[in-house]
Amino acid sequence: MSLEIIGISVLWTFLFGYVILGSIDFGAGFFNAYSIITGKQHVVSKVIQRYLSPVWEVTNVFFVFFFVGIVGFFPKTAFYYGTVLLVPASIALILMIIRGSYYAFELYGSKGYKGHKGYAFMYGIAGVLVPAALSIVLTISEGGFISIIDGNPVLDYGALFTSPLTWSVVVLSIVAVLFISAVFLTWYSNKAEDTGATNLMRKYAMFWAFPLIIAAVGIIYELSSHNPEHFDRILNLWWMFGLSFLLWIGTVWLTWKRKKYGLAVGLLVGQFALAFYAYGISLYPYLLYPYLTIYEGFTNDAMAISLIVVFILGLILLVPSIFLLLKLFLFDKDYVKGNKKKE
Amino acid sequence: MLFDDPVFGSRVLTLLTLSFHIIYATIGVGVPLMIMIAHWVGIKKKDEHYLLMAKRWARGFAVTVAVGVVTGTAIGLQLSLLWPNFMELAGNIIALPLFLEVFAFFFEAIFLGIYAYTGDRFEDKRKHFLLLIPVVLGAAASGLFITVLNAFMNSPQGFDIVNGQLTNVNPIAAMFTPAMPTKVSHVLATSFMTAAFMLASIAAYKILKGSNHIYHKKSLYMTMKIGLVFSIAAALIGDFSGKYLAEYQPEKLAAAEWHFETEEGAPLLMYGILDDEGEVKYELKIPYGLSILANGNPNSVVIGLDQFPEEETPPLIIHYFFDLMVTIGGFMVVLSLVYWIGMKRAWSFVKSNWYRWLIVLGGPLSFLAIEAGWWMAEVGRQPWILRGIMTIEEAATSSDYVGLMVILFATLYLFLGIGTIVVLRRMFKNNPVELELEQQEAAQGGETT
Ligand code: HDD
Ligand code: HEM
Ligand code: HEM
Repeated sequence: MSLEIIGISVLWTFLFGYVILGSIDFGAGFFNAYSIITGKQHVVSKVIQRYLSPVWEVTNVFFVFFFVGIVGFFPKTAFYYGTVLLVPASIALILMIIRGSYYAFELYGSKGYKGHKGYAFMYGIAGVLVPAALSIVLTISEGGFISIIDGNPVLDYGALFTSPLTWSVVVLSIVAVLFISAVFLTWYSNKAEDTGATNLMRKYAMFWAFPLIIAAVGIIYELSSHNPEHFDRILNLWWMFGLSFLLWIGTVWLTWKRKKYGLAVGLLVGQFALAFYAYGISLYPYLLYPYLTIYEGFTNDAMAISLIVVFILGLILLVPSIFLLLKLFLFDKDYVKGNKKKE
Repeated sequence: MLFDDPVFGSRVLTLLTLSFHIIYATIGVGVPLMIMIAHWVGIKKKDEHYLLMAKRWARGFAVTVAVGVVTGTAIGLQLSLLWPNFMELAGNIIALPLFLEVFAFFFEAIFLGIYAYTGDRFEDKRKHFLLLIPVVLGAAASGLFITVLNAFMNSPQGFDIVNGQLTNVNPIAAMFTPAMPTKVSHVLATSFMTAAFMLASIAAYKILKGSNHIYHKKSLYMTMKIGLVFSIAAALIGDFSGKYLAEYQPEKLAAAEWHFETEEGAPLLMYGILDDEGEVKYELKIPYGLSILANGNPNSVVIGLDQFPEEETPPLIIHYFFDLMVTIGGFMVVLSLVYWIGMKRAWSFVKSNWYRWLIVLGGPLSFLAIEAGWWMAEVGRQPWILRGIMTIEEAATSSDYVGLMVILFATLYLFLGIGTIVVLRRMFKNNPVELELEQQEAAQGGETT
């Protein structure tokens, strides 16, 4: 395997980690806001306090890891994407800051304080807008929206915002967030033996399952006209997408039958992993179509090797630590149920 | 539009975000060590007060870390958004410490989450204490690695540029630059110092506001002692930083000192103003001072601004920043030293109200010194972003929307800053030390912890 492939695989894996962990986090915020409006408060907010507040900073590091790593492995991306993403990335940042401040101010800072409804609402809305804003990057990478003027890349906002591709990607990202989050929270609430929350989250999971597939098919259809070359590569990987679809059926079936919610989460992760990597492979070799490939954008060998060495050493340190974290907050039955006092 | 020039806009936004982040970053690096010391003393002396101190500090820390994380994410992403050409070059040479820093955060974030949420899950306080070690190490390592990156910007090495092409990149050599030792140690020492004085400032304020509890007195005495140690360290290392500058970035030192002509036995100028003719007025001259700061020898030669072309001269305003930092540094050493000796010798004035007000002032002053130090170091690097290699004009984005972003982010930081203060005040006001101690005693009556 070449260094370029190792580099992009590491990054893609971290991005995948962020997509899953971030979706749980973003979606939970949205359901929380939604239940406040519909008067079903406390069902979801307990989960947010018990699971999300100790873990969100770790989730955030996955994101930081990705954008630091991509500049390290593929420095040229800083030049292309850095220039054109100023507005969308800044908007995503602002939304993330709003969410982070909710954790800081409302959850850490408020002992015996009821919490502000408007703030919870903003936190929820920001959560679904973050993936929408970030997913623009994927759309841009398909090419057709950037031109090089006087040696500088310039983004054509008009074309971007009128393209059906953009909007299908936005819709998919939001639906995926809600679906992932609902399936996970069904499992978590069930583990906490909170029947009310389990039923509610299960209902949301079923609700978002079908729009997800429609949105995914929609994108592939849009691509056939937007970037036929990419479309062909996707068709070559039909079996990965097919497998992913089978896993989706499994998730939906288990959730429908109220069986093995844990396994359903596992299938869900598998489903997204297959689709995500298949999509990643189909992008190969482009980082930004048609300007930048992973080969042109790659750093020097000395840097690549030292990054990979550090990465391996880092994993040796991190994997046990993450395991400890999960053990304490996700797999500890008493904590999940709320029997252990939070302090 | 307000900021038509993207270069100027990028500078303003970077200045804004970093100046804001550094407040939380300093707390983030410094406070874990303070929590650890308090926790340790509490276990050693079997004193509930110190354990409670650790607990309360950790609770406030959770809030500032969260804001530190979001502002840090902002600056991390903004570096690529605002300085794409710099990051493209830097990515090739100095990505390693940035990458290492992320691992340090990772490590810190995981154990901080565990420490903060498991206070009651450990019967044995010593086991809970162990969780702090990775937090302190992770926090210090984040400070260390990011400062390594900044040191590289000041004295780049570890690569060659041949005919405009980058070759012979050595990521390890790029990390161990001449600026690195003094920069890293000064940043860490000042973070610890500032965190200690911040906590001392809070304790002194509580006492002034009439809380007579021994808890606050213990807290004040301990943090002032820690502050004393680190402020002396900061001043000593600061002196070494001056020697580093004299050798590798003489233009920065000369601009900070308004040292226009190269000469032997150069005096140190403190304060003063620069009038329209470029004459220095009202200054305080310390004979041979600059030569000593620069080389440790009163008769040595110190390079002046006359050796540099005008377009490579850093802005002269950094003189004020330098003075501010050094004055506060000296003031804090004296303040904490007198307090410490005074407590030993039972001098009554160190317990008087006016002295305590000075201690209250010490916290914000230390933060001001941090800001002044960074402004001097960063503005003093002008016009370079990578000294001698790339200027800020070459590095900046060409995007037209920077001005708008400045306004958006400024609003957001204002909201975050006010929010932090309001939330922290509410948190500790609703739950004062006295109340918490009573509850703890009541709980211990019923069950043993
Ligand atoms: C509480 C904060 C604080 C205090 C009391 C001091 N410093 Fe400082 N100083 C910093 C906080 C700081 C800093 C924020 O940490 C800087 C900014 C950039 C850096 O590397 O550290 C810095 C930079 C800095 C530099 C520039 C280094 C460079 O650009 O590479 C010098 C020469 C000094 N300091 C010297 C001193 C001296 C002689 C002090 C005597 C008391 C002193 N500092 C006290
Ligand atoms: C430690 C890593 C740091 C890095 C990588 C870094 C990077 C940068 C960059 C890329 C710029 C823009 C170029 C320039 O204007 O010179 C800059 C400027 C600046 N930075 Fe730093 N910085 C660091 C630390 C800090 C900190 C902690 C502060 C805190 C106050 C700070 C304060 C400033 C200021 C005030 C400017 C504006 C200088 C000017 O425009 O004249 N920097 N920095
Ligand atoms: C250009 C300069 C800087 C960049 C790009 C940067 C980047 C970041 C990022 C991305 C985070 C959030 C990490 C997370 O998700 O957990 C963060 C937090 C943090 N940064 Fe910065 N940082 C800079 C300057 C500094 C400096 C100069 C220091 C210390 C002296 C520092 C110390 C910290 C610490 C300790 C945290 C953890 C959060 C906290 O404890 O408050 N940073 N920084």
